[in-house]
Amino acid sequence: MRLHLTRRYRFAASHRLHNPQLGEEENKRVYGKCNNPYGHGHNYVVEVSVSGPVDPATGMIANLAELDAFVEREVVEPFDHTYLNEEIFEFRERVPTTENICIEIFDRLREFPRAKLERVRVEETSLNSFEYTGESLGSGR
Amino acid sequence: MVYLTRKIEFSASHLYHNPSFSAEENRRVFGKCNNPHGHGHNYVLEVTVAGDPDPATGMVLDLKELKEILQREVTDRMDHRFLNYEVPELSGQIPTCENIATVIWRLLQPNITRGNLHRVRLYETPDLFVDCYGETNGARAALGVSR
Repeated sequence: MRLHLTRRYRFAASHRLHNPQLGEEENKRVYGKCNNPYGHGHNYVVEVSVSGPVDPATGMIANLAELDAFVEREVVEPFDHTYLNEEIFEFRERVPTTENICIEIFDRLREFPRAKLERVRVEETSLNSFEYTGESLGSGR
Repeated sequence: MVYLTRKIEFSASHLYHNPSFSAEENRRVFGKCNNPHGHGHNYVLEVTVAGDPDPATGMVLDLKELKEILQREVTDRMDHRFLNYEVPELSGQIPTCENIATVIWRLLQPNITRGNLHRVRLYETPDLFVDCYGETNGARAALGVSR
C-alpha cells in the first residue's frame, strides 16, 4: 500500500518582502503592502507528509512523537515568534516569501530518519498555500 | 480525467496495544493511546474517484451510489464502534490511521465499478491524516510481499 502520513504544525512569525537589489520604488511595486519596512506577521500552518512501510508491530509509518519532536526542533522552535528576515539565517539573503519558507522547511526536514519526506505544504493565511515536494529548482538558487 | 471527492464522518473508539510488547514498552511506544479503556475520535473520510465523465450523464459515477457504498462499507461497520473489538478487518492490527485507511481502501476498491479509486484520505483529527493510494506494482515488489 502506498501511504502518506500528514501532520499539521503551526508557528507565528513576522517578515518583510524586500529585495535589496531592487530600488525602493521597484520593491514597493513588486511587493506592495508586504514591503512595509516594519514588517508584518502571519499564523503559518505547516503540513508535513511522510511515507514509508507500516511497521506491523506498531501500525505506524513513523512514531508521531518522534516526528513531532523533529519538526519542533528543526522548524517550530526556531521559527515561532521570530522576525524571519533577521532571525533565520537563510532569510538574510533570501526573501522570506512563503515559497522560500516552504523550500527552507523541506530542506530542514529532509533528513528525518524514520520515514521519507514527501511534501511540505505551508499556509500563509487560510487563503494562500504553497507546496514543495523536493524536486530540483532552477539555476537561480 | 476528473477527480470526484465525497466526504463522510464517523465516530469510533480505539486503543493502541501490542500484546507482544511489555506493559512498559506499550506505554513508551504508544503513550496516551495505550490507555486500556480506549479513547475516541471523530474521523473524517474523503474518498476520491478518478475518471472521465460519462457523456450521457455528465458524471464520473453516480454520487448516490458512492454514498450508499460508503454507508454500507464504512459507516455501518465503523461508526460508533470500538475499532479493536468490533471491526473484524482490523483484528490483530493496531488500529492506527495508516491501518484503518488501508482497510477502508480494500473495502471500497472492489465496489468502485465506474472510474478508479484514486485516494482514501482519513483524518483522525484536523491535524493528522493519512492518504492511501492503494497498491503499486513497484511498492509490492519492493516489499517482497503480496498483501
